[in-house]
Amino acid sequence: MIEVKHITKSFDEVKVLNDISTRFEPGITNLIIGRSGSGKTVLLKSILGLYDIDQGEIWYNDRNLVELNEKERKKIRREIGMVFQGGALFDSFSVAANVRFPLDMFTTMSAKEKQKRVEFCLDHVEIQHTAHKLFPSEISGGMKKRVAIARAISLNPKYLFCDEPNSGLDPETATVIDKLIQNLTKEFHMTTIINTHDMNSVIEIGESVLFIAKGEVGWQGTHKEILHSGNNKLNDFIFANKLYAQLREEGDKPEQKQNT
Amino acid sequence: MDIKFFFHVGRYFQMLRRVFARPERTKIYIRQLFREIDSLGVNSVWIVIIISIFIGGIMTIQFAYSMSNPIYPRTLIGLGTRDTLILEFSSTMLALIMAGKIGSNITSEIGTMRVTEQIDSLEIMGVNSAGYLILPKIVAVVFIFPFLFIISVFFGLLGGMVTGPLAGVISIPDYIAGIQWLFYPYYVTFSLIKSLFFGFIVASVPAYYGYYVQGGALEVGTASTKAVVNTNILILLFDLILTRLLLT
Repeated sequence: MIEVKHITKSFDEVKVLNDISTRFEPGITNLIIGRSGSGKTVLLKSILGLYDIDQGEIWYNDRNLVELNEKERKKIRREIGMVFQGGALFDSFSVAANVRFPLDMFTTMSAKEKQKRVEFCLDHVEIQHTAHKLFPSEISGGMKKRVAIARAISLNPKYLFCDEPNSGLDPETATVIDKLIQNLTKEFHMTTIINTHDMNSVIEIGESVLFIAKGEVGWQGTHKEILHSGNNKLNDFIFANKLYAQLREEGDKPEQKQNT
Repeated sequence: MDIKFFFHVGRYFQMLRRVFARPERTKIYIRQLFREIDSLGVNSVWIVIIISIFIGGIMTIQFAYSMSNPIYPRTLIGLGTRDTLILEFSSTMLALIMAGKIGSNITSEIGTMRVTEQIDSLEIMGVNSAGYLILPKIVAVVFIFPFLFIISVFFGLLGGMVTGPLAGVISIPDYIAGIQWLFYPYYVTFSLIKSLFFGFIVASVPAYYGYYVQGGALEVGTASTKAVVNTNILILLFDLILTRLLLT
């Protein structure tokens, strides 16, 4: 579980986050949504400790990140898996070497055990064995995201962070990635936080949705409630997409896409 | 000199403190070190050989031209070529050239990793990104520079020995006698010391510019240019300081 209490963050006297409090539960997909520039990436990076917050508390179960020294923060970071927007795979490493890197760095596993773990993680994200030796420049955007997920889960993390995991992907592949993250979250009972502005993701996997507007909590609920929230700011965000505006008029809910 | 200068100096030393922090896994750093020696050092040998042969040849012809008066012994041409190569070209000039080749490579590699969030990714894993990415590069370049210096002196002298007789300005025996005449081994020691300093500058300053780049591909290019320019200035500054301290 991750809980943030009253966090505030400013850049050059511009308040980007203002008194944000929320709780992210394990075993479900927690989504942070909002317009570009609303502060959702700053919130994510603050929770990760990449930005020092001005005020507030960030609890990883019973540890307050704000009060920890660098050594203790590193310990928490080893319990975190992160999927970046562009994948952030190491260009000079093959697919398998990318997934093996955290194991090389932080475990005392034998070469055989590492190999087994790498194969386990890559199988989980459905990467074919023939692709293990390819380099990031030789694989597609969707595969990069899947390898990034495999790398993120290689150390059995308690917490999984995803920053726009399906940006730049076609809708079909985006759905596959969403479902993959949701399934892994349930299988490994991780606390997963996904930063997105993709409404399809919200409808597909938004078991808990936090809407950020101008650095403040605008609304919080589930994907089942979101289309009928009655929150004007949230409605402006959702119904900017004509499909959802049409669905609202029809009083319907988007059909769940099939996992491909 | 504005406040920005002190900001960069302070941040450079902060970065160095992280670079020389205890590695998480020494074995992985050593593996990286061998990779860097190969990519930054061994891959530079050919360009060093080619440049040194040409510069050795050109210097021999120029010395011959400026010493055309018959009162000068022909052996002075070899002596002049040798001392210029040892004292200045193979250490300082080579460092300036390597700042362009190795320095821009380091800035663009680390800068690209920064803008594509690969460095953030390392940090979130709990890896000391500065240490992991920069330390092997600094050690590799400091290690390889003295070898490049020796290779450069050797091939520079060879270039002079081939070009001099071909241009008809000096015979091989006169040239060989010249390069053996009044030889002070301390000149080599002096230049080896310089090459260690230059190696450190050529690796660490571009790494600094790459590590702190912000933006995208355009900014990485700008950072590369800044890195090479400032590395060159620092090399010349340290050349002056070290020459004053060690040679006079």
